[in-house]
Amino acid sequence: MFGRLTWTAIPFDQPIPLAAGGVVGLVLACVLGLIVVKGWLPYLWREWITSVDHKRVGIMYTVLALVMLLRGFSDAILMRSQQALAFKAPGYLPPEHYDQVFSAHGTLMIFFVAMPFMIGMMNFVVPLQLGARDVAFPTLNSVSFWLTATGALLVNISLVVGEFSRTGWLPYPPLSELTYSPGVGPDYYLWALQISGVGTLMTGVNFVTTVLKVHAPGMTYMRMPMFCWTTLASSLLIVGAFPILTATLAMLILDRYLDFHFFTNDGGGNVMMFMNLIWAWGHPEVYILILPAFGIFSEVVSTFSRKPLFGYRSMVMATMVIFVLAFTVWLHHFFTMGAGADVNAIFGIMSMIIAVPTGVKVFNWLFTMYGGRVVYSTPMLFALGFMVTFVVGGMTGVLLAVPPADFVLHNSLFLVAHFHNVVIGGVLFGAFAGYNYWFPKAFGFRLHEGLGKASFWCWFVGFYVAFVPLYVVGLMGMTRRMQHYDVPAWHPWLLLAAVGALIILAGILLMVAQLYVSIRQRVALRDQSGDPWDGRSLEWATSSPPPAFNFAVLPNIEGEEPYWGVKECARKQMHLDNEPRYEEVEVPRNSPTGFVCAFFATFLGFALIWHIWWLAAVSTLGAAATFVAFAWRDRVEDIISAEEVGRIDRANRRARMEALTRMQTQAAE
Amino acid sequence: MSDARTATGIDPYQLGHQQRHKRQYNAEHASRGLASKRIITGYGFWIFLLSDIIMFAAFFATYAVLSSATAGGPTGRQIFDIDNTAIETSCLLASSFTCGLASIGAERHRDSWFYGAMGITFILGATFIGLEIHEFAGLVKQGAGPERSAFLSAFFTLVGCHGLHVTVGLLWLLTMTAQVFAKGYRADVLRRILCFTLFWHALDIVWVALFTVVYLIGIT
Repeated sequence: MFGRLTWTAIPFDQPIPLAAGGVVGLVLACVLGLIVVKGWLPYLWREWITSVDHKRVGIMYTVLALVMLLRGFSDAILMRSQQALAFKAPGYLPPEHYDQVFSAHGTLMIFFVAMPFMIGMMNFVVPLQLGARDVAFPTLNSVSFWLTATGALLVNISLVVGEFSRTGWLPYPPLSELTYSPGVGPDYYLWALQISGVGTLMTGVNFVTTVLKVHAPGMTYMRMPMFCWTTLASSLLIVGAFPILTATLAMLILDRYLDFHFFTNDGGGNVMMFMNLIWAWGHPEVYILILPAFGIFSEVVSTFSRKPLFGYRSMVMATMVIFVLAFTVWLHHFFTMGAGADVNAIFGIMSMIIAVPTGVKVFNWLFTMYGGRVVYSTPMLFALGFMVTFVVGGMTGVLLAVPPADFVLHNSLFLVAHFHNVVIGGVLFGAFAGYNYWFPKAFGFRLHEGLGKASFWCWFVGFYVAFVPLYVVGLMGMTRRMQHYDVPAWHPWLLLAAVGALIILAGILLMVAQLYVSIRQRVALRDQSGDPWDGRSLEWATSSPPPAFNFAVLPNIEGEEPYWGVKECARKQMHLDNEPRYEEVEVPRNSPTGFVCAFFATFLGFALIWHIWWLAAVSTLGAAATFVAFAWRDRVEDIISAEEVGRIDRANRRARMEALTRMQTQAAE
Repeated sequence: MSDARTATGIDPYQLGHQQRHKRQYNAEHASRGLASKRIITGYGFWIFLLSDIIMFAAFFATYAVLSSATAGGPTGRQIFDIDNTAIETSCLLASSFTCGLASIGAERHRDSWFYGAMGITFILGATFIGLEIHEFAGLVKQGAGPERSAFLSAFFTLVGCHGLHVTVGLLWLLTMTAQVFAKGYRADVLRRILCFTLFWHALDIVWVALFTVVYLIGIT
C-alpha cells in the first residue's frame, strides 16, 4: 500500500532533524492558521496562487528564494559549527547526518535559492523593461513557479520523512548507486530536481521567446536594457543545458530503479560518463546564475552613477561570448580524472579565455562609474562589494583552471572558498542589489536604507571572515566535506570561519529587520512618483506597484534608454506628453493550472521516492487531466475597460506631474 | 569633472552607443511591435523542440560511448531485426505526411481531411509503437533486456525515450482531435495543432538519426 514508507522513516532517534522539522512545521501551521483565521485565503487564492501575472509570479519566486535561503543558511551554520568543534572530537553531528547537511546545503542554495532568486528578478523586471504586458506564456510561467516550489517542498520533506542524499550537491556515482546508497536520500534529490528542472526548462523557453518576440514597438535588440540581454543569454543556456541534466538524472534513476547499467561498476557501466554529462550541464549552470546578476549590476551601476552604461555594445558582446564559451569548459571540474595532458591543457586554456569577457564587463562597470555622480545607496554598495569580491573569486578560479595547480587544490576547501567567493560575491550580492533596487517598484515603498547598508556591511565583512580562512586551510591541504579532523594548524582558521558565519547571520537578521521596519514605516517610505532612483529604463515609467497591464498604452521606443529620453524631455519642457487615447486592455486570465499541477507533481514525486506505484499513477493522471482541463477553457483573457485603464494611468500621470512641480520649486529655491 | 554633461545623462565618452550606428534602425524594423500570438506560440514551441533535441543528443552521446560495452552479452548485430525497423520507419515517415495533410485540413477547416488524416496518423503511429513494444518484448524474452549490459541500457533508453515521445504524441493527437470536435477550428486550437505537427515532425527527424546511428551502423 505505502511502498517502502513505514514509521521507521521518521527519525525519532535523532533530535536535531526532528526538532528542526517540528519548528518548521509549527511555523508553517501558525502561518496557515493565521491566514485562515484572518480570512486571507480567498485573497491569496485569487490574487497570488492562481495569478499568472509575471510580477506576482516574480515576487513569489523571490519569496521562495528568501525562505529557502534561511533553510540553506541554517545548514551552513551547522557545518561551520561542526568543523569548529570537531577538532580531535566527534562534534555534535554524526557523519551520516553531516553528509546530509552539506548535500542539502548545496542543493538548496543552488536550485532553490540562487535559481528562483534570479528567475524571480527576470520575471518581475524583464517584461516591464521591454515595454510588454506580460511574458510570452503567462500560464506556463505559473506552472514553472509551482513546479519549482514542489521541488523545494520535496527536499524539505526529506528532513523528517526518510533522509536526504549524502552524496554532495551532485550525486556522483557509484556512491549514488543503489549498491552504496540503498536509502531514499538520492531519490529525494533526483525527483525534486527532475520536477523543478521541468519548471526551469519551461522558464528558459518562456524567456527566450519573451525577449525575442514580445516587446514594445521599436524595442530593437540593441536598445534593450542590459538585464534583458543577460536574461536572454541565461535563458538560452537553460534551454541548452537543462535537458542534459534531465537526461543524466534520468539515467541515474533508471540505474537505481530498474537495474540499468549506465554508471554502475559492473555490466559495462561508465562512471566517468556521469562526470562529463553532469558538468556539461553544471558549468553552463554557473553562468545561468551569474549572467542575470551581471545584468542587475549593469542596471544598478548605471542608475546610481547617473550615466548610461559604458560600452553597452561590448557588454552585449561579452554576454553572448560567455553564453557560447560556457559550453566549452566543463572538463575543468575533473582535471584529476585522467583525461590526459592535452585534453586538460585545452580545457585549462578555454577556462582562462572565458575570464576575458567577464573582465570586459568589470572594466565597463568601472568606466560607467568614472566621471559619474555615484550615489552610495544599498544596491550600489552591493554592486561595489561585488566588483571587489568577484574579481578575487575570478582570480582564484583562473588559478584552479591551471591543471597542475588543480591537482593540488582539487576537492580542497580552497575550491569551496572559490565557488562561494563567486556565488555569494556574485550571484547573491546581485540578487540582494536587485531586491533592494526593485523592491519599491514591486510594493510601492522603499526598503529602509540604514538597515540595508548595515546588512550589506555584515554580508561583505562576514563573507571575507568566513571564506578567507577556508582558502588558507585549503592551501594547507584540508579537503572538503570533513566531519572531523585532528590537524592543530587548521583549528584556529575554522574557528575564525565560524565567526564569519555568525557575522553573515547578523547580515541576514538585519535583512529581516529591514523588511519588518520598512513595512512598519511604509507610509514614510512611500514611492509616490514610481521612479524613486531616477531610473533610466522603462520599468520606472509605470506606477509603483505597476498596474496589472503594466503600460496603459504600449510605449513607442525611439532609442536606447527610452524612459530617460522621455523624462529629460518632460523636465525641460516642464510638462508631460499629451494624454493618450485609452483603449481597453486584454490581460491573461488567472488560472489554478500551475498550482493544481504542482499539487499532483508533489504526490507524484513522493510516490516515486517511496515506490508507491498506485499513487504515482493517480498523480500522473491528475496532472494530465489538469492540462486538458486548461486546454478546454473558453475564456482565456480578462478585459480591463478603457475607463479603468484611463483612471489608473491618470493617477500615474498626476504623480509624475507632482514630481515635476516639486523639482521646479526645488530648482527655484 | 563635467557635472553638467553627466547630469543630463550624456556619456561623455560615447563609447559603444548607438549614435554611430543609427542607420541600422530603419523605420520598418523599428515599427515592428508585438508579434502575433501564432508567431509567439510557434516560436516558443520551436525553442522547446530545440531543448528536446538536446536531451536526445545526451542520450545519443551516451549510446555512442556505451555501444561497445556489451559486458559479454549480445551485440547490436546479433539482436537488431532490420526488417522490423524498416516497417517502423516507413510507418513513422508516412505518418508525418498524413500529419501534414491534417494540418492543411485544419487550416482550411475541412472536417473530412482533418479527421481522416488524423485517424491515419494515429493508426500509423500506433503501429510504430506496437512494433517497438514487440521488439522490446522479444529482446527481454531472449535475455537481452536493459539490465543485461550498459550497451542494452543505453539502447533501451534511447529508443524507448523516442517511443515515449511518440506515445505522448498519440495522446496529444487524440486530445487535439477531441478538441476540434468540441470547440471547432478556433484560433487557439489551430495554434495547438501547429505545435502538435511540429512535435510530430521533430520525432521523425530524431527517428531518422536513431535509425542511422543505432540500427544501420549497429548491423554493419
